[in-house]
Amino acid sequence: MNKRTALYQQHLESNAKIVDFSGWDMPIHYGSQLAEHRQVREECGVFDVSHMTVVDVDGVEAESFLRYLLCNDVAKLDQPGKALYSGMLTYDGGVIDDLIVYAMQDGFRLVVNCGTREKDLEWINKQARDFEVWVLERPELAILAIHGPSSIDKVCSVLEQADAEAVRALPNFKGVMCGDWFIARTGYTGEKGLELIFPQELAAAFWEKLLAVGVKPIGLGARDTLRLEAGMNLYGQDMDESVSPLAANMEFAVSWEPQTRDFIGREALTSLKQRQLSGDLPVLVGLVLEERGVLRHDQRVVTDKGEGVITSGSFSPTLNMSVALARVPAGSNSAQVEIRGKLVDVLIGKPGFVRFGKKVFQPLAQ
Amino acid sequence: MSEIEKFKFTRSHEWVCLNEDGSATVGISDFAQSALGDIVFVELPALDAALQANEVVAVVESVKAASEIYSPVSGTVSAVNEGLVDSPETLNEEPYTSGWLYKITLADPSELDALLSHSDYQDLYQ
Repeated sequence: MNKRTALYQQHLESNAKIVDFSGWDMPIHYGSQLAEHRQVREECGVFDVSHMTVVDVDGVEAESFLRYLLCNDVAKLDQPGKALYSGMLTYDGGVIDDLIVYAMQDGFRLVVNCGTREKDLEWINKQARDFEVWVLERPELAILAIHGPSSIDKVCSVLEQADAEAVRALPNFKGVMCGDWFIARTGYTGEKGLELIFPQELAAAFWEKLLAVGVKPIGLGARDTLRLEAGMNLYGQDMDESVSPLAANMEFAVSWEPQTRDFIGREALTSLKQRQLSGDLPVLVGLVLEERGVLRHDQRVVTDKGEGVITSGSFSPTLNMSVALARVPAGSNSAQVEIRGKLVDVLIGKPGFVRFGKKVFQPLAQ
Repeated sequence: MSEIEKFKFTRSHEWVCLNEDGSATVGISDFAQSALGDIVFVELPALDAALQANEVVAVVESVKAASEIYSPVSGTVSAVNEGLVDSPETLNEEPYTSGWLYKITLADPSELDALLSHSDYQDLYQ
């Protein structure tokens, strides 16, 4: 029997179509994925992402442990509440998972993917043996993401006044503890918004309050098209253990400085960096199909520099055309995609198509 | 007999309905549109195309996946629903009426006899 979040009944009451998601019964949509996508871009919606895994790390060596475990540097988190996106790498520089790490009042909190939970916990616990730390999974916590232009106003309207003031004062990528709730300005949609991590027994009542002020439930289908429009990677599609962050548009999450910091995968990444500098490492790019049709995961890409592959593709409801992330040879200036045996021209540019409701994709000048 | 009782269905979720002029109209079932989710693109056959039954005739793409449509019957395409090009969501909204895909002049009307009735189809896919 699949696992269910504390909001399973609420999903059914909102007419969710439930699908299996890595062993969880999760809502893929509540009627129309397209309408939900637009709801988040134009107003506000709430996602139940309680299937994701929360892991707390604390102990006297928690910081030095995470500085070794992650390719981004948690020493950058100079205040409680601050958030950092990072990869967790193999010794070969492949991506075991991507995650968000928050500095808490004591220690750190990691939120990792649901589909990689077991291998992540195994890896973290194995690496933790050499450090004076403890690692504690927090399955009793619910996670809600509320995103869209009016999301902060909506959430604050149902919080206690003091909490609402603290939340309104948050800059992007920062969170705050409100009692035993953690509320942060992070997310996976390219819109402003909040992620709330709190005791799951309070989830149903809070969900109802949000719906009562007009926040609409959004399924995991729209979550995928929103993150794709935002140019954000999906683990298992855009990168995995066979791909380094350098070939997955994740170099912004690799902290090379200080050079004295050893982290798992550093040595491998350093030699991959040499390959990248000589143009020998593929890159993750954005593609836009201006003709009719839909780009899909695994379609073949042919560029002026060789062959590549689409890692994530779908229809972009905001641009009303299809967009994709693709891994192609470095320096590619033009591209075609094979759709049902035919090569069709696509525009190529940096990954990222929509931010804050507006088109940001810029095709390379050919 | 209600309108839907005149429809015949395939196990691959197409429907076909005989028109008064002897041609037939083809579409996809309500079950199929619901399973596909929001439809964003439809590739229709060419007018006058000669089709064999069970041949791929069209492609329907939803946000989720691309799905091939198989012609339930043999014949010649006599009309295509151009309205779907700009409004593919009609397929979700009205799968049995405005969301039709194409009309076909039947090569062999007896092919219809081998297809499922609406109630048999519903028994299989509800």
